[in-house]
Amino acid sequence: MKLRRRKQTQEVKVPKQAKPLRQEVKQNRAAGGTAKDKLIICRDLHIQAWFYSLLRLGKTPFASAITIVVLAISIALAGSFQLLLINFQQIAGNFQTSAQISLFLRENINENRARILADTLRKNPAIESVQVISKEQGRALFKTFGSFGAAIDMLDENPLPVVIEIMPKNTLDDDGQIETLVNTLKQRQEVDFVRMDMEWLQRLQAIMAVARRLFVALNTLLGFAVLFITGNTIRLELNNRQEEIMITKLVGATNSFIATPFIYSGFWIGFFAGVLAWFIVALLMVSLRAPVEALSAHYNGNFHLLFLSVADSIKLILVSASLSMLGSCLVVFNQLNKTNPQ
Amino acid sequence: MLKFANVCKRYPLTGDVLRGVSFHLQRGEIAFLTGHSGAGKSTLLKLIALMERCNSGEIWLDGQMLSHVKDSQIPYLRRKMGFIFQDYKLLHDRTIFENVALPLIIAGYGHQETTRKVRAILEKVGLAGKEHKFPLALSGGEQQRVGIARAVVNKPPIIIADEPTGNLDPELSEEIMRLFEGFQQVGVTVLIASHDIALIERMHHRVLKLEHGRLFSV
Repeated sequence: MKLRRRKQTQEVKVPKQAKPLRQEVKQNRAAGGTAKDKLIICRDLHIQAWFYSLLRLGKTPFASAITIVVLAISIALAGSFQLLLINFQQIAGNFQTSAQISLFLRENINENRARILADTLRKNPAIESVQVISKEQGRALFKTFGSFGAAIDMLDENPLPVVIEIMPKNTLDDDGQIETLVNTLKQRQEVDFVRMDMEWLQRLQAIMAVARRLFVALNTLLGFAVLFITGNTIRLELNNRQEEIMITKLVGATNSFIATPFIYSGFWIGFFAGVLAWFIVALLMVSLRAPVEALSAHYNGNFHLLFLSVADSIKLILVSASLSMLGSCLVVFNQLNKTNPQ
Repeated sequence: MLKFANVCKRYPLTGDVLRGVSFHLQRGEIAFLTGHSGAGKSTLLKLIALMERCNSGEIWLDGQMLSHVKDSQIPYLRRKMGFIFQDYKLLHDRTIFENVALPLIIAGYGHQETTRKVRAILEKVGLAGKEHKFPLALSGGEQQRVGIARAVVNKPPIIIADEPTGNLDPELSEEIMRLFEGFQQVGVTVLIASHDIALIERMHHRVLKLEHGRLFSV
């Protein structure tokens, strides 16, 4: 098409005038003034568009409210998933204390040799802490287990070996690391056998991995929902203001000039939705707090419901506002490129 | 200032709308563009405003060939033209001041300069003191003068008016035409599409007559 047009224009005999220089058009880009003046004017335009878009939102309170509530629910869902994960990780963290490894030493190993072994183990970077339980301490511990205590008293000699209890580092992050540690411990000649509830730990780790993956997948979906909900709202707004856009285009507005207030509308919608979502999540938490604390009391009582931190709350609102801005950005430029004044 | 050379425009459904249209408007010239409805008046204006592109021929505006202008540069080129419409096309949710200031804000003028220019032009079109009213509070003639003020506030070298007096009575039309002649005197080129034959004959300006897509100078 372009080729054809050019070809035909060549046939026309018109005195050739110089082809317009690029600069000629550019000179008209902005009115006079220094670069600093232009920057100030540009900044003022943005501030104006920022407030203007807020004002426009207020002019259609019902429509704006519907969009904001729908967005807020999506974002609140994402926020709740995050809280669920945070709290789940807390529970898992509590369980971590039971992920200790017990080394039952051979019978001929006395307490002094056990302490020497403990000192070498402390140097292992994979180990968090080491504790030696002597035969006597073992016996005392044994007695606390009800009827077993009586049984051990009946024996003349203390049959219990010296035990070294080891707390590994980062137990939940890398189960390969623990396995290697256990294997090296098994190979020590002082050690009779090593006991650790590996299967249990592995299950927990697997569950955590699933939960994390689920969290990422769901939040990605919800992010897209936010993008499209805002995009659609802004699209409707663009359609409603078709006439205004056309007039502005005819008096020489660039697409970015027209787009700016719409993009800021997206920002405001996302911002308010983020704030509302925070309150929804807070409400959920408040209603859950009492039953969870009651449940926790039935166990060790060391679990407390965690709420979004200040940083997480700010992140929630910022993510909501930026996703919403992005959604409107995509729609506005797509639509503006398509609309031409009629 | 504005030159058409053998311009053709064809629509897929309606066929040729403009056939080999050529004319040349000098700087500071007023011309009427006339013809029956469907003769191609609006198409010709759309080509100037770059709402449409011609199929063949050349259009030159202020030394620039329009078919060479990229889409991204169209806004900057439109700032060289002032458009006036039959239905005024004002923004009803903004005041007279804001309507007239729009081209200046778009062009990047600062607040003070904008205010000064808008006040000056409103005074010139006889609307001083009404800048804070809304368009619907004004009469038709006044609204059209707002439209004219908006078109000329940025001092474009060419004004294109599409039936500017179509909704006005003869007396008001005359008044609007006098305004155009005032702009002509400061070197502005004015192209007015109109079918108000009586008015055109009274004004004694150049007339371009379109008939079935062909142009005849009268």
